Amino acid sequence: MKPTEIADPNYFHKVVDCQWACPAHTPVPEYIRLIAAGRYGDAYMINWKSNVFPGILGRTCDRPCEPACRRGRVEEQPVAICRLKRVAADYKEDIRERLPPKADRKNGKRIACIGGGPASLTVARDLAPLGYDITVFDRDPLAGGMMRTQIPKFRLPESVIDEETDYVLNLGIDFRGNTPIDSMKKLLAEGYDAIFVGSGAPRGRDLDDLPGREECMANLHIGIDWLSSVSFGHTTSIGERVIVLGGGNTAMDCCRSSVRLGGKDVKVVVRSGFEEMKASPWEKEDAMHEGIPILNYLVPKEFKHNGGKLTGVLFEKVKAEYDDKGRRRLVNAGEPDVLLECDDVLMAVGQENSFPWIERDIDIEFNKWDMPAVDEATYQCSRPGIFFGGDAAFGPKNIIWAVAHGHDAAVSIHKYCMGEDIKDRPPPMTTLVSQKMGIHEWSYDNRIENDKRYKVLTVDPAIALKNIKVESELGFDLKLGLAEAQRCLNCDVQTVFADKLCIECDACVDICPVDCITFVDNAEEDVLRTHLTAPATNTTQDLYVSGTLNTGRIMAKDEDVCLHCGFCAERCPTGAWDMQRFTLNMTHAEGACRSRA
Amino acid sequence: MSFLPKPKFRHPAIETNDLGFTHRDYEGAISTLCAGCGHDSISAAIIKAVYELSLPPHRIAKLSGIGCSSKTPTYFLGASHGFNSVHGRMPSVLTGANLANRDLIYLGVSGDGDSASIGLGQFAHSIRRGVNMVYIVENNGVYGLTKGQFSATSDKGSKNKRGVVNNDAPIDMVSMAIELGATFVGRSFSGDKTQLVPLIKAAIEHRGAAFIDCISPCVAFNNHEGSTKSFDYVRAHNAALNALDFITPRAPISTEYEPGSTEVVRLHDGSSIRLHKIDANHNVHDRAEAMSAIHRHKAAGEIVTGLLYIDEDPQDLHTNLGTIARPLNELNAPELSPSQALLDKMNAALR
Repeated sequence: MKPTEIADPNYFHKVVDCQWACPAHTPVPEYIRLIAAGRYGDAYMINWKSNVFPGILGRTCDRPCEPACRRGRVEEQPVAICRLKRVAADYKEDIRERLPPKADRKNGKRIACIGGGPASLTVARDLAPLGYDITVFDRDPLAGGMMRTQIPKFRLPESVIDEETDYVLNLGIDFRGNTPIDSMKKLLAEGYDAIFVGSGAPRGRDLDDLPGREECMANLHIGIDWLSSVSFGHTTSIGERVIVLGGGNTAMDCCRSSVRLGGKDVKVVVRSGFEEMKASPWEKEDAMHEGIPILNYLVPKEFKHNGGKLTGVLFEKVKAEYDDKGRRRLVNAGEPDVLLECDDVLMAVGQENSFPWIERDIDIEFNKWDMPAVDEATYQCSRPGIFFGGDAAFGPKNIIWAVAHGHDAAVSIHKYCMGEDIKDRPPPMTTLVSQKMGIHEWSYDNRIENDKRYKVLTVDPAIALKNIKVESELGFDLKLGLAEAQRCLNCDVQTVFADKLCIECDACVDICPVDCITFVDNAEEDVLRTHLTAPATNTTQDLYVSGTLNTGRIMAKDEDVCLHCGFCAERCPTGAWDMQRFTLNMTHAEGACRSRA
Repeated sequence: MSFLPKPKFRHPAIETNDLGFTHRDYEGAISTLCAGCGHDSISAAIIKAVYELSLPPHRIAKLSGIGCSSKTPTYFLGASHGFNSVHGRMPSVLTGANLANRDLIYLGVSGDGDSASIGLGQFAHSIRRGVNMVYIVENNGVYGLTKGQFSATSDKGSKNKRGVVNNDAPIDMVSMAIELGATFVGRSFSGDKTQLVPLIKAAIEHRGAAFIDCISPCVAFNNHEGSTKSFDYVRAHNAALNALDFITPRAPISTEYEPGSTEVVRLHDGSSIRLHKIDANHNVHDRAEAMSAIHRHKAAGEIVTGLLYIDEDPQDLHTNLGTIARPLNELNAPELSPSQALLDKMNAALR
C-alpha cells in the first residue's frame, strides 16, 4: 500500500464517523466536549453554524451519526448524539448576541426562496448576512415548513420552532406567509437574481385504487395532511378505533397523535416485515412504549363500509420471498384475509414532490419521473439561476439533508450572483493541531471507560397521552447530559504518525488496548488487512499506512476500533505518534467559498 | 509514563486461548517505565508467550530483584504470584520457592545490574544448580534508575550519553550461563518479538535452567550514537543464528522445509521447536560450538542472537537432590510424621 495521504481533507474526516455520516458534517465531538465542559452556548453555536436548527434536530433528527458512532462498534450502543444536541439547545444561555448581525450594507441582489422549511431557511441564513435581499414564500402562515406542520408538538414544541426560525428570520428576511407560489413564470417575471425552490415533498401518497376509497372519503385521511391539520388545530379529535397504514416515521407520528386525540384502539399496519420498516428504531420503540401494536405482513385490499360509513380494512396476509439476487417479493401467505375493524384510517404510505406550478415551457428540464433535473453538486436545474434543495430536489429525506442541501445551494447562489463558475467549489478547510499539554497530559479527556448509553427522561405516559402539546421526552438533565457526553471517544483527536521519528520500539503496539497498530512488511491492502495484530475486517474503515521505516517494514493502523485514548502517543518515546485535533471548516456561502487563493 | 489505567475495551474480534482467556487477561498494571522502554516490549512478549501456551496465570510465579527490569513483573501477569526480592537476590528466592513448590512455573526477571553486578553470585549458583526456571535478563547495559552509569554488561569502548567511553571489559551473560551449565541458553532483542516470543515459549517448556539474555534498549540513557545497546546498533549488528517456531504437541509437524536447514528440537511436554538455521554450521546441542559461535561473532563486532544452546534431556535441582515429587504445601501429617514403628527403627539405628 502507498503511504496514507493525510493531507487529503477526507482522510481524517472519515475517521470522525459521526461527522462524516452527518450530511451537514457537524463537528460532533467538538460540541460534545463543550457540553462536557458546561459550555452549552458554545456547543449550540457550533451546531447552529453547521445545522441551523440544533433545538429542532436535537429532538427530531434522523440521526445518521448514531449508527456510524465508533462507540457502537466497541460497546453496545452509540453515544446519544442527538439528545446531546438537545442538551446544548436546552441549557444554553441567551445566544442572540452571538448571531450574525443584519447586513449593514446590501449587495443589491434579490433572492426568492419558495417554501419556508429547513432548506430555504438555511439558504436564507447563509446568504442574508452577506447582504442579499431574501424573500421567503410559504403557503402556511408561519415559517418552518414540515418541521412545523408534520412533526407533532409532543415531539417538537412550537416554542422551539419559533425560536430557531426567528433566529433566521431576524437576519432581515422578508417572510411572506399564506403566500403559495402558483406559477414559476410569474415569479420569474418579478426579476429575482436567483430563485431557490425548497418546497418539500408536500403530496402524501393515496391508496385511491383500493375498493371503498371513494365511499369512505370522510374517514380516510392522508397522513401528512392530517398531521398538518392537527398541527394548526383544525383537527382535534379522531375515532376510537384507528388504523395507521405505513411503516415510516410519519406513520409513527400519526399513531402517537391519534392516541392523544382520543384514539383508544390504535394500530399500525405495515406491508413489510417489522424489521424492514422505514421508521427509525427509536420511533418504533416510542410508539410501542405507548401501547400501540405494529402488525406486519398485511397488505390493504379493501376499505369495508356500511353505506359509506367506514367499518374496517380488509388485509391480505403475505410473506417475504427472496429470489436468487436477494430481492424481496411479498407473496400471498396462503392464509385467509384479515379484517380489522376501525373508525378512521390514516394513510402514511409515502410522500412525493409535485410541481404543478412550474410551467413546462420555461427551460426547466424535467426527468423521466417528471421531476426537475437537478445537478447533485450545484443544486442548479437546467435553467441557470434556479436552484433546488431539500425534499424538492431529490425526493423525501429528512431535515438534516435539507440543511446540507441549503448550505450547498447557498454557495452556488452566491457564486452565481457574483458571476462565478458554480462548478468550481473549493474543498473544505482542515486543520490539525497537537493536543499535547505535557508528557502525559492532553487537552482532551482521554480517560476512556466502559459506560453504557444513558436513558433519556420521559414524561409519565398518563400525562403525556392526555395532551398532544405536552412534550413526551424531557431530554437529559445536566447530570445525565454530562455522563453521556463523557461517552464520546473524541474521534476528531487523530492519531498522527511521523515516519521519520519512529524508532520501531513497539511501545505503541504493546500498549494499544484494541490491537490497532502493527509494524509489518508492506503488502496490498487486502493482504495487509489479514496480516495485522488483529485482522481488519471492516473494510469501510481505512488503514493508516506509513512510509517505509528503518527496518523496511511499515506501520499499519486499523482505524476501525481505535479508541483515540492517546496511549500510543503517551508511550511513544520520540513523539512519532501525536494526538492532533482535526477541524473541518465546511465551505459555506461566505468570502472563502469563492476562492481559496 | 502514563497515569491513566489502560482502557478495558478490547478488540471486538479478540481471540481467546484454550482456557478462554484473551491476551489482555494476562496483562498487569499499566507500566510506569519511560515511554518506549525495551522492557515493556519484553513484558508484552511474555504476555504473548504465556497467552499462546494457554497457561493458567495462577500456576506461574514471577520473581524479580531491584531495578527497572525488576519493576516489570507488575506490568504483566497480574493474576500470577509475584515476589519482588532484595537487590540481586531473586535467584536465591526463586530457588527456595522452587524447592518448596515444584509445580509452579518460575519466571525470574532481572536486569544487567541485578544479575551481572550485585547478584552475579546468585545468578551463577542458581544456574549451576539447574533450577527449573526461565531466567530473563533485560539487558540494557546501563543503570537506568540511577541515571545512566555504565553497567557490568556495557561493552568496552561504548559511549555513555555524555560521550564518556567505557574502559571496563563487559560480562557476557550468555557465555557465563553456558559455562555454568544452563541447559537452555538464548539471546534476543526486545525489538524483535518474532524471535523473542517463541524463545520464551520454548524456555518455559524446557524443564531445567533456561536463560535468556534479552537486549533491551534504554530509551532514556542508552539509545544514542556510540551505544552498543541502542535500537539502531542492535538492528545493524544482529547476527541471528536461527529462527524458531514453537510447535504445540497437537500441531502436525510439517516437513515442507529443506532438510539440513531445518531441525525439530523436542521439548519436555511433547511440544517442540522448529529451528530454521540461518547459520547452517551452528549446532545448538554442542556447548563448545555455542561458545565458539558467541566469541566468533563478538570478534566480528556482531551480536549473536537466537537459540544458542539446548540440552534436550536436562536434569534439574529436584532430580539432583532426590526431593519428593509433590509440593511441600500438599504434604500432610501422614507424610510428615513417621509412624511409631519407623520412629522406633530410626531410634534403634542410633543406639
